[in-house]
Amino acid sequence: MSDGMSVAATATHVEHVGHEKLGFVRTYIFSTDHKMIGRQFLFLGLFMMILGGLMALMIRWELAWPETQVPGTRWIPEPFMTDGYMNPAFYNQLFTMHATIMIFFVVMPILVGCFGNFLIPLMIGTRDMAFPFLNMLSFWVGAVSGVVMLAGFFVPGGHAAGGWTSYAPLTAVTQYTGVNWGQNIWCISLILLGISSLMGSINYITTIVNMRAPGMTFFRLPLVIWSLFIVAILLLLALPVLTSALAMLLLDRMAGTSFFLPAGGGEPLLWQHLFWFFGHPEVYVLILPAMGIASDILSVFSRKPIFGYRAMAFSMIGIAFLSWVVWGHHMFQSGMNPALGTSFMISTMVIAVPSAIKTFNWLGTLWGGSIRFTTPMLNSLAFVSMFVIGGLSGIYMASTPVDIFIHDTYYIVAHIHYVVFGGSVFGIFAAIYYWFPKMFGRTMNETLGKIHFWPTFIAFNCTFFPMHILGIGGHMRRIYNPMQYEFLQPLQPVNVFITVSAIGLGFAQIPFVINFFWSLFAGKKAEQNPWKANTLEWVAPSPPPHGNFEAIPVVYRGPYEYSSPEVTEDYLPQDRQLARRHAVAAH
Amino acid sequence: MMSWLPENVSTYGKDIDRLFYLIYYITGATFLLVAVAMVAFLILYRHREGRRARYTHGNTTLEIIWTIVPAVILVVLSFMSQATWGNIKSRMPPADVHVQVTAKQFNWEVTYPGPDGKLGTEDDLEMENEVHVPVDKVVLVHLKSKDVIHSFFLPNFRLKQDAVPGREIQAWFQATKPGRYELPCAELCGFGHSGMRGWVHVHPADEYDKWVKEHWPSA
Repeated sequence: MSDGMSVAATATHVEHVGHEKLGFVRTYIFSTDHKMIGRQFLFLGLFMMILGGLMALMIRWELAWPETQVPGTRWIPEPFMTDGYMNPAFYNQLFTMHATIMIFFVVMPILVGCFGNFLIPLMIGTRDMAFPFLNMLSFWVGAVSGVVMLAGFFVPGGHAAGGWTSYAPLTAVTQYTGVNWGQNIWCISLILLGISSLMGSINYITTIVNMRAPGMTFFRLPLVIWSLFIVAILLLLALPVLTSALAMLLLDRMAGTSFFLPAGGGEPLLWQHLFWFFGHPEVYVLILPAMGIASDILSVFSRKPIFGYRAMAFSMIGIAFLSWVVWGHHMFQSGMNPALGTSFMISTMVIAVPSAIKTFNWLGTLWGGSIRFTTPMLNSLAFVSMFVIGGLSGIYMASTPVDIFIHDTYYIVAHIHYVVFGGSVFGIFAAIYYWFPKMFGRTMNETLGKIHFWPTFIAFNCTFFPMHILGIGGHMRRIYNPMQYEFLQPLQPVNVFITVSAIGLGFAQIPFVINFFWSLFAGKKAEQNPWKANTLEWVAPSPPPHGNFEAIPVVYRGPYEYSSPEVTEDYLPQDRQLARRHAVAAH
Repeated sequence: MMSWLPENVSTYGKDIDRLFYLIYYITGATFLLVAVAMVAFLILYRHREGRRARYTHGNTTLEIIWTIVPAVILVVLSFMSQATWGNIKSRMPPADVHVQVTAKQFNWEVTYPGPDGKLGTEDDLEMENEVHVPVDKVVLVHLKSKDVIHSFFLPNFRLKQDAVPGREIQAWFQATKPGRYELPCAELCGFGHSGMRGWVHVHPADEYDKWVKEHWPSA
């Protein structure tokens, strides 16, 4: 605690926080402390990321060397694998579960569950969430949902195999996929996860609206808090739609209703409308927190205020509103009325504008800065550049005629991975490296961090950029053996290159795992404010005790006052009270 | 990169490709602009002892410029796209030839109207996974599905249309070059999705007449 501390200076009065010793179970398992719940979500997400990643590698092996033995899989029994040869039905289960796990059990728990929980009370300057018990319940329902999801692999017929979008009627009738309980379990698990997210989002919204520290106005909130606030609202409104759709699908499967079955008077496209009405806001749930994280980190390591703070906040609000009217762009070729296609094309083109605004403001933040290339900064820069590619490739799909060709091809796969891996996952890495000292009281190793970053960045691009080429070549998604098609055979070397890169990308994560666990137990003890940052979490000790702050800080300014002429150092924490300056003597 | 596009052999395919190229150039230029600016800033403004970062909170003129310029480009792009979209989807030309394609796990059932020119009559001809059409004629495909959603994808024709159970969807194309073109299913339709494909045979006029004489029961 050697750096400039301002805790005492701003304390108006010292509150006494209950510090009764809690047992092991209440501290580490059924904890109501937002920081412990945040850590729990982090471990859940990282564990699931390993599973999702291994599934991706099996998918890639199959695509590069179709119908050959997948190394190291001979232990997987029938009917999934036959002596290491993958069965087509299992291939479908793998890509379904890869996407389901990565979206619902990796990116959401880490970005929203972990960083939402950990950062909101600390950054707005309060002691905990509004509803700590609900918060604990949110994690444990989420964890149960994860266990239920994984259990789907162990039921007869195997796991859900209809893609993460689970289009009916394929998923509504058992005989179409041969999957019975796997699909039911998929629905039940996501309903549980929806309940978990609802509890979380109610908590986030209530906390941010009501519990900000004195002086913390909305326009003094860090952008990461803005992003989490907006995400909580999106989740609150979008998840009930998914839950309803899942309940209808379950009823179609188990109770003989026909919501999605034309034979009984139902409509297959209804599922798509409901799913994407949830699904498109969901995409922004995955990317907005990463945008907020990158905004904060870029400002800290450029030692410069964020460029266009209000434009940044308003563009996120704009994205939030527009995200409700773009869902139909997933359905241009679905048989929906072409005039609707036109409307959704226009709304989709419009939603690209706030993303462009954000990108230019990030560049503006770098301009004239004093840039430090720390590991969190490198990952944030990777976020910006990869998000630019992912955003620009979205314009191709927005244009309805071009979408006729690239819909359901690898072009879409490339796009979503640039947004969700290039965007969200680099955002996750940036956030872990940046807040690790606050979370665990120790600092991650910078050298290992860079050994992790550079190979990941290169292997990521070698893996996902060539998927654009596959898409332009017409390579369909979700096929098990591209060599079955004459027009795809010349593209096969690209598939091999992608798979080799993907394996490299997998290996590139080893330094991260080593760094994470080594630092957890043996990393350098973290200072209270190792990055010399302004926001309130750095006012609390590392790691913050139960109750976070010795005294609730008072906020005097926005979060990005770096290199301010008012002070000699290049940062000015939100809670530091400057002596009232006498009017400059008029001569 | 765009050279990987499959050869285009349909009338409206070139309009789609033109838009595809246009967006490629626009997004390519934008990416270069952003990437060059970013790399330049990272080099120019890297941390050096004794230099302090510029203290600025933004610039309203710049905000307005970089809101309006992308907005205008995107609106123009929407209008250009709409012209092509309307031609393909809403203003279909009168059909010369009708074919009914019924998708099912995991085949395309192709039905020809037969000598009476009407679908759904006794003299219809049924084939599996083979679509025979004449070159330079407007072919109207009546798309149906018996079970799940499939997607009728003709990469060389720049045509993709989902086949949805419970409804008939119409799609059309006009081939510009005879040949044999692959017809994969593009929407996940079950464990046999991979490998569900047919062929579209585009015949020159005389060859098509010969095929009709050979296969269609004479009235």
